[in-house]
Amino acid sequence: MATADLALSQSEGALSTHQRVINDFSINVATVNGSGSQSANSVLLKSIFGMGVPVSGKNLFPSNIAGQPTWYIIRASSEGYVARKHDSEILIALNPETAQADVLALPAGGVVIHEENLKLDQARGDLFFYPVPFDKITAAICPEAKLRKLVKNMVYVGVAAQLLAIDLSVVESCLLRQFAKKQKVFDLNFGAVKAGFDYAQENLTKRDPFFIERMNATTGKIIIDGNAACGMGAVFAGVTVVAWYPITPSTSVVEATTDLLKKLRVTPEGNATFAVIQAEDELAAIGMVLGAGWAGARSMTATSGPGISLMAEFSGLGYFAEIPGVIFDVQRSGPSTGMPTRTQQSDLLSVAFLSHGDTKHIILLPGSMKDCYELSMAAFDLAERMQTPVFVLSDLDLGMNNWMSEPFDYPDKPLDRGKVLTVEDLERLGGFARYRDVDGDAIGWRTLPGTRHPKAAYFTRGSGHNDAAIYTENPVEYQALMERLALKFEKARKLVPAPVVVRDVGSKIGFLAFGSTDCALTESLDQIRKRYGVEADYMRIRAWPFTQAIHDFVAAHERIYVVEQNRDAQLASLLKLDLPADQVVKLRSILHYNGMPVDAESITKEFIHQEGL
Amino acid sequence: MATAAATPKVNHIGLPILDYRGGKSTLCAGCGHNAISERIIDAFFEMGVEPERVMKMSGIGCSSKSPAYFMGRSFSFNSVHGRMPAISTGAIMANHTMTTIGVSGDGDTASIGMGQFVHLLRRNLPMIYIIENNGVYGLTKGQFSATADLGSRLKTGVVNDLPPIDTCALAIQLGATFVGRSFSGDKKQLLSMLKAAIAHKGTVLLDVISPCVTFNDHEGSTKSYKFMQENDEPINEIGFVASFDEIEVDYDSGQIYEVEMHDGSNLRLRKLLEDYDPTDKANAVRTLMEAQDNDEILTGVFYINTEKPTFIDQLNLVDEPLGTLPESLTRPPKPALEALMAALK
Repeated sequence: MATADLALSQSEGALSTHQRVINDFSINVATVNGSGSQSANSVLLKSIFGMGVPVSGKNLFPSNIAGQPTWYIIRASSEGYVARKHDSEILIALNPETAQADVLALPAGGVVIHEENLKLDQARGDLFFYPVPFDKITAAICPEAKLRKLVKNMVYVGVAAQLLAIDLSVVESCLLRQFAKKQKVFDLNFGAVKAGFDYAQENLTKRDPFFIERMNATTGKIIIDGNAACGMGAVFAGVTVVAWYPITPSTSVVEATTDLLKKLRVTPEGNATFAVIQAEDELAAIGMVLGAGWAGARSMTATSGPGISLMAEFSGLGYFAEIPGVIFDVQRSGPSTGMPTRTQQSDLLSVAFLSHGDTKHIILLPGSMKDCYELSMAAFDLAERMQTPVFVLSDLDLGMNNWMSEPFDYPDKPLDRGKVLTVEDLERLGGFARYRDVDGDAIGWRTLPGTRHPKAAYFTRGSGHNDAAIYTENPVEYQALMERLALKFEKARKLVPAPVVVRDVGSKIGFLAFGSTDCALTESLDQIRKRYGVEADYMRIRAWPFTQAIHDFVAAHERIYVVEQNRDAQLASLLKLDLPADQVVKLRSILHYNGMPVDAESITKEFIHQEGL
Repeated sequence: MATAAATPKVNHIGLPILDYRGGKSTLCAGCGHNAISERIIDAFFEMGVEPERVMKMSGIGCSSKSPAYFMGRSFSFNSVHGRMPAISTGAIMANHTMTTIGVSGDGDTASIGMGQFVHLLRRNLPMIYIIENNGVYGLTKGQFSATADLGSRLKTGVVNDLPPIDTCALAIQLGATFVGRSFSGDKKQLLSMLKAAIAHKGTVLLDVISPCVTFNDHEGSTKSYKFMQENDEPINEIGFVASFDEIEVDYDSGQIYEVEMHDGSNLRLRKLLEDYDPTDKANAVRTLMEAQDNDEILTGVFYINTEKPTFIDQLNLVDEPLGTLPESLTRPPKPALEALMAALK
């Protein structure tokens, strides 16, 4: 139940501790980046997870290496909501620069754990303050001065664990996993946790209502970030060539992929069955992907908005010359450099038509950790089947934050390497025309360089070509090629991942969304039902081109709310291009684009406003 | 009595030269690029390279069209302007067992493609990179390129007042392991150089001066037939003995620089310039810089290094092409995923 809301509404004015708030609140750890708080935050998150309580972690960090404010938001939710919550109830204030503002942002009845000498308790009278001499505690247990900044973070984990009633043994086992095989590091860190825990036990009196209580809602689940999940998908899809250029927030896709490749894809003789190349820029990265795809490799790159812009020309070549390749776009806030460490879903339109001329691309839209893994695998199959670049659009929220998930399943189908002719095929056929639609699926057969048959070779080009891959400026031949490419794209509707019917209660109101909007939207739909008694259906889109099911969903509802994280209603725009004219009028937009992950309250508020409720 | 039809001459893998030809050239009659295509055909034929084991790469421009005019049985990729290095890098990663030859131009390489070109050199990517260098943009009707010589003049009277980029000096500095310059009209030198290039493992950069008969083959052009015939100063005479040929001894060994190539072939450079050592990197760059100051066009093999590891060596790849490895080698087994999941719980 929404006990948190209840407790907070009661605490206007006088503080109340009568109502315990159990497993339903957010903790905001405010630090400066570069202070090494990441592992402490991860231990706190995993300790709550270890208590069996559903949890999510979001890192709100600056585009900076050290010294700028960073917030890490841990949300515990007994009902399993993992979206960002609009407010956090508990603040761990370790950054003097933002402490005052952070305190002012808390809801009444909130909690502040802070460095003693910050004297924050003067700021407000409607909060619970717990001053802690972090520096003194740290100095006592960590004789080495240069390690203190790091160790101090573990002290707040101990203080929070004690105040929230998290079992110390659970924290200990999280630390053991984190620092496996590094006994000295473990000892130092657990010493710090214990010092914080002991200090709180001896010196702080629990007055606030927030508690973690053991549940059984995380058994068997994993915690992972979307970039790692995408990397895992790529490795289990058998990727062999990875070319990339570092860019936030996509870098960790390639880091995760590379780590796994090094671990899982080296032969007993010590040779690599993969090549990872850090390219000179994104132009080169996608060029390498297409070169490799042309020569038969499963190839990929990962980038973000600015990189996508640089990949435009080559993307058109990939589309027109029909070359497979997988491009991960972990979206961030644009335009231009924008806010590189903030999330958005604003590359949809530019990717859909990336490049000049009549170009359009297949896009997969993961909305969960399992999607990141499975759609990443599907992208490689689709790219080779459809002989075209396939884009996987994730975003910073999915990609870089910590999410709970069911464990991933091992693929139950072999790789689909698409239509490739062998020497034997060529002997049987006596030759082939690279771009001829012999099977009626709008996909030609291709050969790979090195196929030892006199008729195997063909000439790949980005210039006009006929179905035998010969240069042409003939209007009939050119137009026939363009029409086949359009038909191929149409055929993709049936091959791309189907949308997920999240909710189907036969309502007149339908919601459409994609990607990381999902978690906030599902929570919002609960709020709408509980607070206003309004039921709505919801379909989560997972690919462009849109499948027939999406058309049917729109047709079956009176009005459709399209929820997305960009200013220009990009998903709604794509839908408008695709839907029959009489359906287009049904579309309404709920937009969120301030760089923060969308939260349920914002969606609910806008829906209520538009519905006039 | 009827005479038997003459058997066509075949190379040592039994193929006639016809099997190395390509489509009919659409370039201007007399274009230096066509002569280069002919030499490429001769070189691959004479070296007995199976055409199906060759990848022909290019960017955009007159030069980049030329892969259509040689070796029609080889796999070809005519990509986008200035991006041949990236496409080639990817293709070679997918199948490093192929012999790869790329044809680019001076615009495609030294202007729009400079960013990728220098990184290809750095990596010592195993491929033959030919610059068909005419100093102008032909397809857009004759603008200066970045290799046009200082003071050279267009037909329209426009004078180039920016210094040229010496792609050979650059290549030597940045890590290419076989660097030479030739002239499209010098059949013997170019053919020997190409044959040695085929035998080399690593980046081969050949800057081939190739006059543009339409826009840049006039009095005053330093990339004209006349200028090259009068000013070409070879630094060495190139002899090449393929591994399958009988070795003949016909040089005075004191004047010869002999290099054993990766496949056992022999490159013999007869010194024309006193004390020229093609393995001395610093000297090679100095020689080129001095020649530029003296308005000389040097040709020959400037630099060769058969020791440096290629990009493939550095990546420690398996012997088989990555592109066609079986699923059993590319998709890790189920227990691998289970272990990963267990670690995340």
